[in-house]
Amino acid sequence: MRYIEPHGHMVSRTTDDYQAMVMAGCVAVCEPAFWAGYDRGSVEGFRDYYRQLTEYEPARAAKFLLPHFSWLCLNPKESEDLELARDVLALIPQFLDRPNVLGIGEIGLNRNTRNEMTVLERHIELAVQYNQLILVHTPHLEDKLKGTNLIIDLLRSHRGVKPERVIIDHVEEHTIERVLDQGFWAGITLYPDSKSSPPRAVDMLEICGREQIWLNSACDWGVSDPLAVPKTAIEMRRRGYDDDFVDAVLFRNPHRFLSQSPKFRIGDSSAG
Amino acid sequence: MRTPRSKRVRAATSPAVAAAVVEIGFIPTRAKLIEVAAFLDRVERHGVAGDFRCVALRAAAALLTDGRGRRARRILEKFSDPTTEPETISSGKAALGAWRGVPPPLKHVTPPAKNSTTSRKR
Repeated sequence: MRYIEPHGHMVSRTTDDYQAMVMAGCVAVCEPAFWAGYDRGSVEGFRDYYRQLTEYEPARAAKFLLPHFSWLCLNPKESEDLELARDVLALIPQFLDRPNVLGIGEIGLNRNTRNEMTVLERHIELAVQYNQLILVHTPHLEDKLKGTNLIIDLLRSHRGVKPERVIIDHVEEHTIERVLDQGFWAGITLYPDSKSSPPRAVDMLEICGREQIWLNSACDWGVSDPLAVPKTAIEMRRRGYDDDFVDAVLFRNPHRFLSQSPKFRIGDSSAG
Repeated sequence: MRTPRSKRVRAATSPAVAAAVVEIGFIPTRAKLIEVAAFLDRVERHGVAGDFRCVALRAAAALLTDGRGRRARRILEKFSDPTTEPETISSGKAALGAWRGVPPPLKHVTPPAKNSTTSRKR
């Protein structure tokens, strides 16, 4: 089995995790910028983080023969300081031509505030200006439905946004259909206690079809499982899905979306 | 106009797969349902059943047996903030799992009295 981990915060994982992922069939990992667990105090903190995502982490992954790609942004949790956000967004273009950078992400909303909306809009404009793919984080728990609707409305209102170049992540049963019906890609995140479980993820595939959907672990420093994606393959097989179905969802789908960036090359010509 | 995904629900799988859905899924789901029941008993025993999250949980649980489908979706919607306008300011706090609505004044929750008739084995 081969799979792509399209959303993993590997800076907060161990080398044992890299090894386990490769042994389970992982052929590429993509790492969106995220919140460090504390608010960074200056634009230089972000510069260091972007260097980590574009220099150090790809080298660490390469020790396990795993191609590593990244996405850059200011996380929505850090959007309340508009002055800092402006400075960080001005920094990002300096890193967009790095060989492993696929786009702008994970942008989005956290508590659905006006300032978060302002910074989200600036990120969208940046992505359009530099022709970057977009990876969107949707809010947690009770904020997800409202936040997803606000995000979709904002994306749809921007004429430069092509929905097929945007993935809206962390969908659940109450948000996935609107995301897909508007032409966006949908990411299902597999978490032990929140977001989705493997059985619910397969339920959503049964209800919505398998097109324009990827699965990810979004593994980070919280309760999460870097092997959640391959474990979901077990649930698919239990329900009678064959190797082609598993390969389509876990490898070909993310490969198709990510290949819209010319930088996403993992040396496999059978991606279909 | 794209056909809404909800109109394209996948047909049922084979009888063997359908049986496996129950065989594999029943015990873990049974365990989770008992956890829900035990949680609701626990919050009553500790006098916090009126917490807005517990209220929301009971309201959501009622959807399990209303005879209608799309239960997961409807329960998620039940927990969700139904408003549509962005928040003016950030609370600076994490999401709690259920929409609080208009925040009520903070109320001290009184722990059970020592001579409570509710017995607790330790």
